[in-house]
Amino acid sequence: MILVFAELSNGTFKKASFEAVNYAANLAAAQGLQVGAVVLGETSEAALLGEYGAHKVFHVNEARLNTVDSKAYCHAIATLAQQENAQTIIFSNNITAKAVAPRVAARLKASLVAGAISHPDMSNGFVVKKSVFAGKAFAFVKMNAAIKVIAITPNSFAVEKMNQTASVQTAAISFSDSDFGIKVESVNKVTGIVPLSEAELVVSGGRGLKGPENWGILEELGQSIGATLACSRPVADSHWRPHHEHVGQTGGTIRPNLYIAVGISGAIQHLAGVNSSKTIVVINKDPEAPFFKAADYGVLGDAFEILPKLTAAFHKYKAAQNA
Amino acid sequence: MNILVCITKAPDTTAKIGFTDNNSALNEAGIQWIINPYDEWYALVRALELKEAGIAQNLHLITVGKADVEPVIRKALALGGDEAIRIDGDSNDSYYIATQIAAYAKTQSYDLILTGKESIDYGNASIGAMVAELLDRPFISHATKLDVESGRVMVNREIEGGEETNSCTMPLVISCQKGMAEARIPNMRGIMAARTKPLKVIAVQDCDTLTQIVSYDLPTQKTGVKMIDADNMDELVRLLHEEAKVI
Repeated sequence: MILVFAELSNGTFKKASFEAVNYAANLAAAQGLQVGAVVLGETSEAALLGEYGAHKVFHVNEARLNTVDSKAYCHAIATLAQQENAQTIIFSNNITAKAVAPRVAARLKASLVAGAISHPDMSNGFVVKKSVFAGKAFAFVKMNAAIKVIAITPNSFAVEKMNQTASVQTAAISFSDSDFGIKVESVNKVTGIVPLSEAELVVSGGRGLKGPENWGILEELGQSIGATLACSRPVADSHWRPHHEHVGQTGGTIRPNLYIAVGISGAIQHLAGVNSSKTIVVINKDPEAPFFKAADYGVLGDAFEILPKLTAAFHKYKAAQNA
Repeated sequence: MNILVCITKAPDTTAKIGFTDNNSALNEAGIQWIINPYDEWYALVRALELKEAGIAQNLHLITVGKADVEPVIRKALALGGDEAIRIDGDSNDSYYIATQIAAYAKTQSYDLILTGKESIDYGNASIGAMVAELLDRPFISHATKLDVESGRVMVNREIEGGEETNSCTMPLVISCQKGMAEARIPNMRGIMAARTKPLKVIAVQDCDTLTQIVSYDLPTQKTGVKMIDADNMDELVRLLHEEAKVI
């Protein structure tokens, strides 16, 4: 069996979870295996995973699992993996997976690839492609152990509905108190915004915007197409914008369908975090900005004049689409 | 209280990455090695602050690497720390590295083990979680704030779509990111002191490597930028829709 961890967010699944189930279903089909999805925490939507390719859903329906403790999550996933004799375990490589997937791999003595961007090539062993050196290169990693743990980079694979019905079973896992060593004192969740790691459309601002008071025009641009905001490192370092918006080598690495960079020169460290974006638009008044070399489309000029025009053009496009 | 900080070397963030031997190995010519920024700026500096505040008594640094990593670990010692341990092995397999660190940690009594949130070379973000698992300890990842109050650790951490405040007893493993501490520059006194600080070299434990990089590849270069007139944003939107098909 291929096991896949389908993470809940406030009791529902996000696209990245469906993407991981889909990835597992493709691998299972290639190997003639079944897909079992693991769901940890309370939800009434577990059966939905069938539509994305799960044959079985193992639902550990415990309120204690509504927040993430890597030890408890590892215990549940590794126990089910052993019980179901899973050869491969799939995660979506987000913050939760980064705390849990390596634990599961260590417990099962499994090969780990975190940040996979390809389906396994099984023509000569079991090889998966991943980004290395912060997006400056790719590595093809051979996974030698009998059990494999693959955490896929979100937004790397198409999400398709499959005509399948999953049987949902409540999985009884016995935990010990030491599995819940971390006490959650408070939670502060930002709701209503697509997280950067999963965003398909991103608009990003740099020093060229001159100060935090000028972010309104970027926000308006983002709102016009439902894009998530990002920023360059100097912007985050100057506290113009919160750190979680920082993309680049020492910030987040993202791969949206569309990345619009405004007033960002395109230093190698910034490019490292964004150059896997499918389409890059660069808006800059400096014709020598290195970012133009990495862009698909470029607009030369003053961002303060261009952004309102682009926002208006997006609104016009949206209106035509909805007409 | 005793702290162990895990350090790895990484190519300087401005390094141009290329490969040799038929794309099977990193071309190290011209690459300057630095302390992995997350290990240095956040894990190590926060550990130093805890020692300076009298909360921690002993601060050790550990790395897994051959002798060529010693300049990097000396640089870390120049920032601070009482002694360094180099485990004399070389691998980019997470399980192998974590097994070496966990095996050494078992011979000591570390209350806190800190790592950076990930390395900027292979970027598996896996060592902290694996060490925690091998030592059967709790693990808090992506920490942005760390305090110790009457023996209990208080941590803010990033979670999917937000932030959490956690508390936990020690021993504990934490991975650190921005927010933890401000970057420091070593001073001359620190650099001089680092020369004489103990740097223990320990032989590796037998351990399988469970992954192996068979080859590397570079991203394809963009074929050339298409410039759009600043007064014709309708054209850009049309291209994004019809040509790039991203909206």
